Amino acid sequence: MGAIGFKFVVFIVAALLVIVSSLLMTTRKNPIHSALWMIVTFFAMAVIYLLLNAQFIAVAQIMVYAGAIMMLILFVIMMVSLDNGAQEQKRFPMAMGTRLSWALVVVVLLVELMFAALFYQATAKVGSYPAEAVASLGNAKTMGMLLYGKYIFPFEIASILLLVGIIGAVVLSRKNK
Amino acid sequence: MVVQIPEMDFGWIVPEIAMTVFAAVALLLTLFRKKNSTWLFVEAMPLVGAIVALYFTFQTWNGNIDIFNNLYTIDNFGVFFKGLSLVILILVTLLSYRYIDREDMARGEYYSLLMFGTLGMMIMVSSNNFITIFIGLEVMSISIYILAGLMGGNAKSVEASLKYFLLGAFATAFLLYGIALIYGTTGMLDIREIAGYVNSGNFMVTPTFMAGLALLIVGFGFKTASVPFHMWTPDVYEGAPTSITAYMATGVKAAAFAAFLRVLFTAFHPFLSGWTYMLWILAVATMTLGNITALKQDDVKRMLAYSSIAHAGYILIALTVGDRTLSSTVLYYLLVYSFMTIGAFAVVIILGRQGSPNTGIESYAGLAGRHPVIAAVMAVFLFSMAGIPPLAGFMGKFYVLTDAIRGGYYWLAIIGVLNSVVAAYYYLRVVMYMYFKEPEAEIGAPDVSIGSTLAIAISVVVVFYLGIFPRLFLMIAHTSSAIFM
Repeated sequence: MGAIGFKFVVFIVAALLVIVSSLLMTTRKNPIHSALWMIVTFFAMAVIYLLLNAQFIAVAQIMVYAGAIMMLILFVIMMVSLDNGAQEQKRFPMAMGTRLSWALVVVVLLVELMFAALFYQATAKVGSYPAEAVASLGNAKTMGMLLYGKYIFPFEIASILLLVGIIGAVVLSRKNK
Repeated sequence: MVVQIPEMDFGWIVPEIAMTVFAAVALLLTLFRKKNSTWLFVEAMPLVGAIVALYFTFQTWNGNIDIFNNLYTIDNFGVFFKGLSLVILILVTLLSYRYIDREDMARGEYYSLLMFGTLGMMIMVSSNNFITIFIGLEVMSISIYILAGLMGGNAKSVEASLKYFLLGAFATAFLLYGIALIYGTTGMLDIREIAGYVNSGNFMVTPTFMAGLALLIVGFGFKTASVPFHMWTPDVYEGAPTSITAYMATGVKAAAFAAFLRVLFTAFHPFLSGWTYMLWILAVATMTLGNITALKQDDVKRMLAYSSIAHAGYILIALTVGDRTLSSTVLYYLLVYSFMTIGAFAVVIILGRQGSPNTGIESYAGLAGRHPVIAAVMAVFLFSMAGIPPLAGFMGKFYVLTDAIRGGYYWLAIIGVLNSVVAAYYYLRVVMYMYFKEPEAEIGAPDVSIGSTLAIAISVVVVFYLGIFPRLFLMIAHTSSAIFM
């Protein structure tokens, strides 16, 4: 048991938490409960990012997702205020057989993917920023250098993407004259 | 470590910069426009912008240069598709003028989103890097999601927008997951690097890699409206404003096929045997289902939606063959297909009225008697789609099927021919209604304007030209696709 063992234990706990809370999130009837479980998922994900030495993403995850986006979701739920009648009705009117067969397909695909990931040695090339380099340079600095240096072109286009999104939000929510 | 961006690079992306600037100016002009003043300046923006961008795009012909740390590429393949999307932008703008007025849509936003959508297409067709391809695709898609819902008061338009958005977001996730799996197994995002690595000999095909490839095919299959990822197409094409339907059926499809072709023929060409059968099934399913469902449609707009699915199937034949020297066929087919589709949708637009789109097939009954010219041009577009010589659609199908036979895919060629026969039925049915049926109800004078007349005239001329003298554009397509050799 050294640092590696400790990391492993933390990872197992965080991973289990992610799985359980995301399952709970999708199965809750009350949308507020779902939203709360989603926050738990986000926090557990942030822990996994930390273990991967990606502090910047971990902080962004908590600030942006667990903070800002979650607030928006809660606002929407409260404003729309689902009446109980709407919640009662079955949202997916499917026969049990259909449901089971879909579930089977999903499980088979997931298991395949898991085995593929576990039993085949990836032959990938190592990137220019392995964990050691990141540790010495600092996470935010590395991110910034990539974003404003190498990836400046897609970064600029992403700003146009945001502009288009804003135009869309305004024009679609505006009342008709 | 100091990162420098060479100033030279910006000289190559003048068309993209022009599109962005003109789109932003269109928005600002709308903002500062006085009430009851003219819309002329806003409406001129897409045309002027597209012409400026076209001029600078042609300047980069034979450029062949990688810029911005290989994240963006100027090559003839990209120039061809940039040119095509800009021409599509011009045609769609022309037929929008009267239509926007009639349906009372938000003009400034409409035109600037059209331009942003074109910008997205231009970016996604000229990059060899997954990140840039993906961001370009998103700029295009999000613009289109919004454009589809701009007919605010119309429930069908809102439904189309929402449906396209939800399913599109789903498809985006598939695409992104595919890219992530490929990145996970190779550690690279540049498709030429991946090709080099794959050919280097120390690469082992893993199921993860193949899963990534399959997910990529799903993502692109959605954008190109291939069966079984076509579910959204009929509803979205029917509900969206007709000018946007024309834009989706041509621009989006062309750009998606361009990126698809580039990714498949560059990075994954060594695995031809791995994906060719997947595409074989997709091609056959797309053609057959598109054509057979189109048979039962009584709404011309919906019929054209299924017909556009079927055309995607013919293009997939050329992808299935996977012969790099023959990829010019795809380019030629997309060129032909864009003009005849825009032409047909333009006719659908001018037959509509505010509040009553008149897209039912009975509205076309007896059209030849009342408006012989409109009936004649519609017949030209429909004959071209059915693949009747000497029109362009025939040459497109001819080259695609020749490809299949050269590549030894005889069954695919046979199924393709059988499908064209089935397709002829529903195209000719509309022609039959126009020429041999008595009108059931008076639908009033067509809503003809200078813009739509111009768009239709250009399309008719091009459909005849490409059908009778295909050589010039086939050579251009061949030069453009030379990047794969």
